[in-house]
Amino acid sequence: MTVSHPTVEAIPRTHDVEVKELDAVTIRFCGDSGDGMQLAGTQFTNVSAIVGNDISTLPDFPAEIRAPAGTLAGVSGFQVHFSSHDIHTPGDQLNTLVAMNPAALKTNLKDLEPGGILIINSDAFTTSDLHKAGYTSNPLEDNSLKGYRVLRIPINTLNREAVAPVKLSPREADRCKNFFALGFVYWLYERPLEPTLRWIREKFSKNPAVLEANTRSLKAGYNYGETVETLPVHYRVPKAHIKPGKYRKITGNEALAIGLVTAASLANKPLVYASYPITPASDILHQLAELKRFGVRTIQAEDEIAAVGMAIGAAFGGALGVTATSGPGICLKSEAIGLAVMTELPVVIIDVQRGGPSTGLPTKTEQADLLQAMFGRNGECPAVVLAPRSPADCFDVALEAVRLAFRFMTPVFVLSDGYIANGAEPWLIPQIDRLPSIAVHHPSSPNGNGHGDVPFLPYKRDERLVRPWALPGTPGLEHRIGGLEKEDITGNVSYDPINHERMVRIRAQKVANVAKEIPELTVEGPPEGDLLVIGWGGTYGTTLTAVQRAQRKGYKVAQAHLRYLNPMPRNTGDVLRRYKKVLVPELNSGQLLLLLRGTYLVDAVGLNKVQGRPFLVSEIEQKIEQML
Amino acid sequence: MSTATSLPTLTAKDLASDQEVRWCPGCGDYSILAQMKKALASLGIPREKFVFISGIGCSSRFPYYMNTYGFHTIHGRAPTFATGLKACRPDLSVWVITGDGDGLSIGGNHLIHAIRRNVDIKIILFNNEIYGLTKGQYSPTSRTGTRTKSSPLGSIENPLRPLSLAIGAEATFVARTVDVDINHLTETLRRAAFHRGSAFVEIYQNCKIFNDGVFDYATDKSIKADNTLYLEHGKPLIFGKDRNKGIRLNGLEPEVVTLGSGITVDDLLIHDERAEEPSLAYLLSRMVYPRFPECMGVFRAVQRPTYDELLNKQIDEAIAKKGRGKLEELFASDDTWVVE
Ligand code: SF4
Repeated sequence: MTVSHPTVEAIPRTHDVEVKELDAVTIRFCGDSGDGMQLAGTQFTNVSAIVGNDISTLPDFPAEIRAPAGTLAGVSGFQVHFSSHDIHTPGDQLNTLVAMNPAALKTNLKDLEPGGILIINSDAFTTSDLHKAGYTSNPLEDNSLKGYRVLRIPINTLNREAVAPVKLSPREADRCKNFFALGFVYWLYERPLEPTLRWIREKFSKNPAVLEANTRSLKAGYNYGETVETLPVHYRVPKAHIKPGKYRKITGNEALAIGLVTAASLANKPLVYASYPITPASDILHQLAELKRFGVRTIQAEDEIAAVGMAIGAAFGGALGVTATSGPGICLKSEAIGLAVMTELPVVIIDVQRGGPSTGLPTKTEQADLLQAMFGRNGECPAVVLAPRSPADCFDVALEAVRLAFRFMTPVFVLSDGYIANGAEPWLIPQIDRLPSIAVHHPSSPNGNGHGDVPFLPYKRDERLVRPWALPGTPGLEHRIGGLEKEDITGNVSYDPINHERMVRIRAQKVANVAKEIPELTVEGPPEGDLLVIGWGGTYGTTLTAVQRAQRKGYKVAQAHLRYLNPMPRNTGDVLRRYKKVLVPELNSGQLLLLLRGTYLVDAVGLNKVQGRPFLVSEIEQKIEQML
Repeated sequence: MSTATSLPTLTAKDLASDQEVRWCPGCGDYSILAQMKKALASLGIPREKFVFISGIGCSSRFPYYMNTYGFHTIHGRAPTFATGLKACRPDLSVWVITGDGDGLSIGGNHLIHAIRRNVDIKIILFNNEIYGLTKGQYSPTSRTGTRTKSSPLGSIENPLRPLSLAIGAEATFVARTVDVDINHLTETLRRAAFHRGSAFVEIYQNCKIFNDGVFDYATDKSIKADNTLYLEHGKPLIFGKDRNKGIRLNGLEPEVVTLGSGITVDDLLIHDERAEEPSLAYLLSRMVYPRFPECMGVFRAVQRPTYDELLNKQIDEAIAKKGRGKLEELFASDDTWVVE
C-alpha cells in the first residue's frame, strides 16, 4: 500500500540559512521514559553512521521500571557524539540538548556547554510538570536559561496538527512527538530523512495509521526547521575518514551475542547459552534467542546458579557453554565457577558490570568486579579474565574468550560493563575467511598406557598442562570428574596433601601459560617517557582521547590498555617500568591499581571515579597534566 | 549394505568402576547401587551413553562407583548440569542422583524447575530423612519431632513429601520404592529409564548410622504388608497381610476400609497412573504412615513433549523455514554502509 502525504511531501525552502561546518557534535535527547528518546537517539545514530560520520553513543536509562511520568526519576536520555574524524567517546559536554519536559531539562542542563543549543518542548512546561520536576519558577520565563541558545518549540501542538489527518486518539498522536523532535534535529544537522522513513515503513507495516502519523511527524519536524526562522544557521558534520569497508552500528551486547555465535561456528560447536534475566546483560539473551537458525540453544534458567550449571553441563557434553550476568549474578555463580576450575571445563562467563555492591545501580556503569572475577571464589581458583575496550571490541573478545577456554580447558571471564554494553559505535564487518580458526580436539582412544589397566586418564596433561576433553558417548573413555580434589593424572578423588599442593600449582601454571599465547602489551605514544596511563575495559576510548590531547600539548605520555587481565601480557612489567610515572584510571576504588602494584612493585597512582558514570575526557586530561 | 552386529551385552559387573565403595557398612546405598547396575545392564543402552550427575551428600558419591561417565557437582545443583548436558546431547541417558538434603533443601529450586521443564533426565532421590555426610542433622523430610544434633528437643519443622512436591511441579513420571525391596527397586528404575521426560523416583533409604530403622514400618517383613500398598495400574488399591484392606474415597478424602460386611472391591479406588490430571497421584502421595499405608510403585506416568525435544524442534523448524543461518547475514543484521 502506498501512502501519499499531500501536505508534507514537498519540502519548500522558504528562507535562506547559513550552513556552518563543524568537526564534531555531541547531542543528547532526553525526556520522560515514555517519550521515546532511546528510539530518537538510536535513529539519529543510525543516520549519522550511514552518512559517514564516526559515532559513539551513551544511553542513560532511568533506574525505575516506570517512574511516574514527568518526574526526575523517570528521565531517559540518549547521547550521540558524531564527527568527521576518529572518535572514541560519546563526548564530555553537550553542544545540543533536546529536553522534552521540565524534568529532563533539570537533570541534563548541567551537561550543556555555555552557549549551547537548547531545544525545548515548551508545551510540556505546565504548572504541574514544573512542579513534578521541582521547579518553583518556570525556567522559560525566569531568565535562568539566558546563557544558552534556547529554541522553544510547542512540540505537542505542532505534532498534533501534523498528524491530525490521521485518525488517532490524542494519546496515540502524542506518542509520535519524538519523531517531530527528531525531524527538527535532522534539519539542524542536515541529516537525510530516508533511512528513518524506511525504518518507520518496516516497523509499522502492519499498522498503516501509526506509519502515516510517524512519517508526518518526522517530516513536520524537519519542515518546521526549514520554514520557521528558529536559527539563522544550521550545521553540517562532514564524513569521517575511516578505514574503508562495510560497516554497521553495533552495541557491546550485540557484539557479544554475534561474537559468541561466530565463535561457535568457527569451532563447529553448538552454542548453549544459559542465563537468568538481569540488567544490563539480558539483551544478550534476547539477541541469541532470536538466532535459532544458527543452532543457538538459549535457556532461560530458574536462577543464576542454574544458568552457570547449565553452561558447565553443556561444556561437559562438548558444547560451547556460556552464561552472562552482572555482578550480583557472579556472586551466585561463584561456587559453580570453582567447580569448572576444578574439573577444568571450558566455559565462558560474561559479566556486564554495573554499579554495586549488592543491587547497587542496575542501570549504571562501573568496573568494580575485576577483583571478584580474579579472586571471588573459595580456594586457589584461577581463571582467565578478559575485558573488551569498546562496543565493537566485544566481538573480538568473545572470539578470544572462546578460543582460550577451549585451548586451555578453563573458565574464561569477559568483563564488559553497562557503558559499552549499551553504547554503540561503527563496526567494520569482518571478512569470514579472515577470522581466526578455533580448533577443538576430543580424544577417541585411551591414553592410559603404562598406568595399570586404566584405559583413560582424564587428568593426564599435554605440554601446556591442558587435560583432554573426552566426551560422554565415547566408548572406552568412561570417566568421572567432580569438585573433590583430583589425583594428578588419574583424576581419582585424592586427599593427599602433597598431591593437593601439586594440583593447586598445576592449575595456576596452566592459566599462567595462557600468557605465552597472547600478544604483548603495546602502547599508544612514546615507548618510554614521563607517564604511562594504563587501564582496562570500557575506559579505553576516554583515556585514549585524553592521552592524545596531552600528547598534542607536548607531554611525553603514552597509553597502554589491558585486554588480558589474567594472565597479563608477559611484557607488562617491562612496559610499566619504562615510564617515570604510572596512572591507572578506573571506575572503581583502585582494583587494577592493586594488581599492578602487587604484581609488578610499581608506584602507580589511581584516578578513581565511582559515580555510575563513565569518565569525562577532561577528568583524565586534568589528572595527566597534574602529574606532569 | 550393512552387516547385522549384535550389541555386546552389558552386565552389572561391566558397570562397576575400579573405585572402592565407601559408604558405611549396612547403608541402604549399597543395594541401590547394585540394583542400578542390574537395571541399566538390562536396557540395551551402551555403557558410554550413560551419564550420572550428582550433587553433594552420601548418595552423591554414586557416580564414582559406576563405570559410566560421571559428574560429581556441587550441592543441590545437579539438575542444572544435567539440563545443560541434555540440551545439547539428547543421545545420552542422563541420571541425576540426589538426596533429601541435596535435592529438597539447598537444591529445591532446581529440582522443581527440572521437573517442570520435563527435561529427559532421571532423578533418583535417596530419602533417608537425615543429613548423613555432615553427620546427622535433621533434613527437610525428617518427621516433626525427630531428635538430631541440630534438633536436640525434636524438629519443629513440617516435613516435605517429595512426591507431592514433584507432582505439584508438573512431573510426568513419579514413583517410589525402597532400598531393600530389590526386585521392586530394579523394576522401578527400569520404568524410570523407559520414561521419556523427567522421571522422579523417591527411594526410601536406610541410613544405618544416623537414622537407622526409620523405614522399618515399610521394610520389616512382619509388618510391611499392612503399612505399604503396592500400586498397579488399573487395579484396585488393596493391601494388608491378608489382602483384605483397601482405600476408598470418602468425598475428597481417602479412607482405609476392610473388605467384607458390605464393602467390596468395587468400592475401592482404582489406580490410574496415566490419568490426565494428577489429583489421584497427589492424593496417594499424601497418604502417610501410620494413618495410611504408604504407596510404592509408579504414581504417575504420562507423556508430554520433553524440554530437549522442544528446544531442538524450535531450531529445526527455524532452519526449515528460513534456512540455516549464515555469518555474513548475521553480521549484516542491522543497516550497513560502505566506506570507500
Ligand atoms: S551416613 Fe548414613 S547415608 Fe551416609 S553412608 Fe553412612 S549409612 Fe549411608
